[in-house]
Amino acid sequence: MKSFLKLTYMELKLQLREPVALFFTLAFPVMVMVLFGIIFGNQAEELLGGYGQVDLSVPGYIGMVVGTIGMLSIPTTLANYRDLGILRRLRATPLGSGPVLWSQVAAQVVMTAAGIILLFIAGLAIFDLRIPNGNLAVVPAILLSAFSFFAVGFVLAGVMPSARTAQAVGMAIFYPMLFLSGAAMPRYIMPDFVQQFAGFLPLTHVVILIEDLWLKGTWNLTSLSVVTAVLILGLVVSRFTFRWE
Amino acid sequence: MTQVIEVQNLHKAYDGIRVVDDVSFTVDAGEIFGIIGPNGAGKTTAIESVIGLRKPDGGSVSVLGLDPQTEARQLGNRIGTQLQEAALPERMKVWEALDLYASFYEKTVPWEPLVEQWGLAEKRNTQFGNLSGGQKQRLFIALALLNDPQIVFLDELTTGLDPQARRATWDLIRAIRAQGKTVVLITHFMDEVEALADRVAVIDHGRVIALDTPDNLIAGLNGETQVLFSVPNGFQAERLENVSGVTAVHQRNQHITVSGNGPLLANVAAALAQHNIAPADLRVQQANLEDVFLTLTGRTIRN
Repeated sequence: MKSFLKLTYMELKLQLREPVALFFTLAFPVMVMVLFGIIFGNQAEELLGGYGQVDLSVPGYIGMVVGTIGMLSIPTTLANYRDLGILRRLRATPLGSGPVLWSQVAAQVVMTAAGIILLFIAGLAIFDLRIPNGNLAVVPAILLSAFSFFAVGFVLAGVMPSARTAQAVGMAIFYPMLFLSGAAMPRYIMPDFVQQFAGFLPLTHVVILIEDLWLKGTWNLTSLSVVTAVLILGLVVSRFTFRWE
Repeated sequence: MTQVIEVQNLHKAYDGIRVVDDVSFTVDAGEIFGIIGPNGAGKTTAIESVIGLRKPDGGSVSVLGLDPQTEARQLGNRIGTQLQEAALPERMKVWEALDLYASFYEKTVPWEPLVEQWGLAEKRNTQFGNLSGGQKQRLFIALALLNDPQIVFLDELTTGLDPQARRATWDLIRAIRAQGKTVVLITHFMDEVEALADRVAVIDHGRVIALDTPDNLIAGLNGETQVLFSVPNGFQAERLENVSGVTAVHQRNQHITVSGNGPLLANVAAALAQHNIAPADLRVQQANLEDVFLTLTGRTIRN
């Protein structure tokens, strides 16, 4: 337990020492929110149920944080640790694999929380964000989504031959998904066939799951199933594909 | 003497290629045991099987009476390892690495004295990525000693270091042994095992092709000694061919090389004195482990 906590704390310290990576995980979603917020404003509109554009986009941006960390941070970090021999050195201790992998998950959960908190701070400060009387179940839903995307990240780290490839492939999958899923911009402005296609993307279901809980307080069971299925699939596949060196 | 490592008929193959092929050896407590062979000879795979990082296909391994496969955790607490191609995160500081790794073991020695002892005191707050090659290696040794291990495994410790840093590292290895620890030294540098190892296993193509003290291995060659010196112009080197023990004489300008057996230096020096010749820069060259490897395999170790 002591090793796990120390590893987690160390991982967080290391992340804070990488300003460029930190920008992408923490500042980028805030930047997108501020940009769209400036363009569209956040006036309450009856058509939107009394909310503004920014209010409605918050679940999307949360999905963006989750996706960025799961598909960009985790595969790059882990593949890099593997390529450099950092995992190899760790494995030559009596520690075992559990604390090493779980500390990575724990550190990234903290990063996710930090990214979401930053969103809220910026949203409240700049756009007077309206917080719906939503369901607190949004917290476990975000955690579930995070674990689900983290598992995908572990798969990417294991399958990709190098950190560079892991990063490139992570970006190639993530960025199109980011814009189609409604995480970065609302889905309703997209043509029907794009929306239909978006229904096949896991990130879309993360956004819908969080959106429904956040705004209506209801569980979207389809999205819940998809996100859970991705988690289970990711765990199973990463179990067989993860490599220490 | 008690044996701390017993390896019997170890086998490991990758894709049908026998990387470790029927390797057996024992290591005694308190010795520096060298494992030498060219790159790709299977040294690292053999040692990684010994410390439990790899699962052998066959054979038995016992380290400190423990089975590395089933008792990995107990074993991990009692051995220290410096692995080839291992690293720490670039931005991790020296003290953070020691503090972190100390939390992985049941019992540890305080890391502050280790930092002093291994000359890293001024670098405690330096990030791993900013350390020199020698400093990185010293940090890895310090990490390997954190748990006060009984056996320390050092794999290619001096590869990539400049000659001065290599010599300094040799002193450090002697210092580890002086603390009563057993050292297993894996290297492809012949001079390193010659300088440090009490016994050495020569590995080639996954097999142990020789195992003895460096002195015995060299003596076993029945190798010729060579006496080299320079003489004034006009000296006829052929005159030395009849000296007892001499098998060959080569002359290039003033430089003469006499090869032969027995007390060659004494015989050659006496012959020269007889001819009233005072040789300049007289020296003796003897067979070394390089020659042992060459004789055993027909190749030099670097190829």
